[in-house]
Amino acid sequence: MNENYAIELKNITKRFGKVTANDKVCLSVKRGEILSILGENGSGKTTLMNMISGIYYPDEGQIAVNGKEVSIRSPKDSFDLGIGMIHQHFKLVEVFTAAENIILGLPGQELLDRKAVTKKINSLTAKYGFDLDPDQKIYTMSVSQKQTVEIVKLLYRGVDLLILDEPTAVLTPQEADRLFAVLRNMRKAGHSIIIITHKLNEVLTLSDRVSVLRKGQYIGTIDTKEATEESLTEMMVGKKVSLNIERPDPVSPKKRLEVQGLTCISKEGVTALENASFVANSGEILGIAGVAGSGQRELLEAIAGLIPSARGSALYYPPEGGEKELTIMSAADIAKAGVRLSFVPEDRLGMGLVGTMDLTDNVMLRSYKKGRSFFADRRSPKALAEKLIHELGIATPGTSIPVRKLSGGNVQKVLVGREIASAPAVLLVAYPVRGLDIHSSHTIYNLLNKQKKNGTAVICVGEDLDVLMELCDSIIVMCGGTISGIVDGRTATKEEIGKLMMKTGGIQE
Amino acid sequence: MGLLVIFIQKVIGQGIGILYGALGEILTEKSGNLNLGIPGMMYMGGIAGLIGAFLYENSASAPNGLVGMLISFLCAFLCAAFGGLIYSILTITLKANQNVTGLALTTFGVGFGNFFGGSLSKLAGGVGQISVAVTGQAFKTPIPGLSKLGLLGQALFSYGFMTYLGIALAIALALFLNKTRKGLNLRAVGESPATADAAGIHVTAYKYLATCIGGGLSGLGGLYFVMEYSGGTWTNNGFGDRGWLAIALVIFALWKPVGAIWGSLLFGGLYILYLYIPGLSRGSQEIFKALPYVVTIIVLIISSLRKKREHQPPESLGQAYFREER
Repeated sequence: MNENYAIELKNITKRFGKVTANDKVCLSVKRGEILSILGENGSGKTTLMNMISGIYYPDEGQIAVNGKEVSIRSPKDSFDLGIGMIHQHFKLVEVFTAAENIILGLPGQELLDRKAVTKKINSLTAKYGFDLDPDQKIYTMSVSQKQTVEIVKLLYRGVDLLILDEPTAVLTPQEADRLFAVLRNMRKAGHSIIIITHKLNEVLTLSDRVSVLRKGQYIGTIDTKEATEESLTEMMVGKKVSLNIERPDPVSPKKRLEVQGLTCISKEGVTALENASFVANSGEILGIAGVAGSGQRELLEAIAGLIPSARGSALYYPPEGGEKELTIMSAADIAKAGVRLSFVPEDRLGMGLVGTMDLTDNVMLRSYKKGRSFFADRRSPKALAEKLIHELGIATPGTSIPVRKLSGGNVQKVLVGREIASAPAVLLVAYPVRGLDIHSSHTIYNLLNKQKKNGTAVICVGEDLDVLMELCDSIIVMCGGTISGIVDGRTATKEEIGKLMMKTGGIQE
Repeated sequence: MGLLVIFIQKVIGQGIGILYGALGEILTEKSGNLNLGIPGMMYMGGIAGLIGAFLYENSASAPNGLVGMLISFLCAFLCAAFGGLIYSILTITLKANQNVTGLALTTFGVGFGNFFGGSLSKLAGGVGQISVAVTGQAFKTPIPGLSKLGLLGQALFSYGFMTYLGIALAIALALFLNKTRKGLNLRAVGESPATADAAGIHVTAYKYLATCIGGGLSGLGGLYFVMEYSGGTWTNNGFGDRGWLAIALVIFALWKPVGAIWGSLLFGGLYILYLYIPGLSRGSQEIFKALPYVVTIIVLIISSLRKKREHQPPESLGQAYFREER
């Protein structure tokens, strides 16, 4: 093991059941170096970092810190080795001040000496160029300020190796620039930094070297000086044996949904979706590609009436003629207005189904308001639940089992089955095969294709480019909240889509 | 003037018992545990203290008030802390629902107190009330010298040591929560146990200790009522709904121990106000007795409207902590 490395990983393998999340991954970070880890969703970046920070323990392989082989079994072990990780979800006490959060849990003189703490924090912030008021309460802070508190917290504890998991995902470009300036100062002071990111421009401007993972495999490490956006995209996306998914030709497509200039601003004031425009036709599957958090979720939820939109419109053209504006209606109004829109959210047991309720009751969520009777009609949902079990091959002992007890694939079949049963004219699905095995995935693809043949306009957000390219008639590529391009699913190449996914600034560029 | 002094004495007599209960509950709630068992645990503390003193006085040939006082003090604290331990095992280790556990503990504690109170009467001969006169007198002994200073002495210094201990405890608890590392850690556990856990704080240990010590403190409120307020006697259900007043006081004081001192005096005053308003029927007396709760509701409405984060209960109050699986 080389002593020049702050941390060195050799042949790290981690399996979850049959899934190999990391397969013989090697990685090293020198002292005073910024290393980027690049990879698509599900490429095993976070799993790898969780093994360094003590959340998981590797099945095979060695980890060495400063040349000495170590065994990291808990977050505390990792912390004792001077390793600190900043997760995407901050761990801070909201009613405490920054200083109180920074010293939380530390040993020392029992009576707090706030002045001394403030002084030490101020000297740290001055040294690295942070902008932080130690006496400010966390709940009054912006996301960027909270992130600063997290970083200072680690530095205060004497962390040498800092791991940041997609630190810029929640920051404005200006805030990201400030963060980078601080990280460069830390590098100058001899700290080592690992930054997990999807964004190629950040990799190129910030890091010294970049390691690429793809589907749990270690692809390689190159000096950033020698890297270009093209070479990194190629390493990241690679080539893959294609799955055989049916793609019938669209039959007499008609305009079903037209989205124009749709813009959404989140509660935190971040523009999550900007000026999105596209048309979805009946009898077609429209794919949406992009790294997670590029605005896909907001796009679907704005159309479904779940979140308000700041600007723009989503016009629905019913098969029987006429048009309806969706963005001014809530989800309940949309259903009441007779718009045949179905939405399969990515958070199945959070937004889609009620985990503790049984199949019949979950199917009933769609129909209980129907009819005039004082009592809800349980008979037809039960019949539908039985039909779904039979037709989709849902593995369950019966209709009266809480859905959370089913496996992921079966849960998804219940959800998709229920939504399809309402004969939608527009079907929105988000990550329909996430966490499903090949067999279940293909059942879902077949269901989507069946809808397509029935003349439904299907909009499908996916993370696996190979699948999207085989399944979809056209693909919208999103990047940083904007649509960076719309490509034909039959002719587009993976490199083309990959580049659009990484395109900074989207269409304005 | 004399009437005012008597009123002040009565207010303090009512308030101190509630203050102990509220301090115990503040400490408990700061760890994120909403212990609604406090009323029952105050009964447990009261009867345990009485039993301890009774057995001592019956076994010693010439009982010493100071020894009786120490024994009953220890018995009350430990028995109520044991109630806190039951609550902790159920809600922290077994993750049972906090509200249900607390209410069950209250029902249990009240029954526990009345059952042993009745048994003790039997032991004492079965006629009338039992009494631990020597110990009760020791609890009531005022500060020598100062209590003789005329009206001022009567109003401020004519009480037993538990009155001053209660106020000192409130101030000490405030200092602990706001000025010490352990206090900071405890507050973090109640606000965000996941954050505390990540910072290396032993969440379970903090929750157990705060809940047990908090339980013991509230038990002292029961002891105060039995020994100083009632002079060492037991009446079934004599303690009444003062335990619930203690929980209301926690909300009224916005989880601040020093606020609980003033609050306990206000609650004590409102609780006995009906005695000083002439011409009230029994029905309207009850309305006056409900005033502390009305005031608490008003405080809740105002603090909710102002939306100041510092005036809200600990964020994870009432929720069991599960460490993230991944």
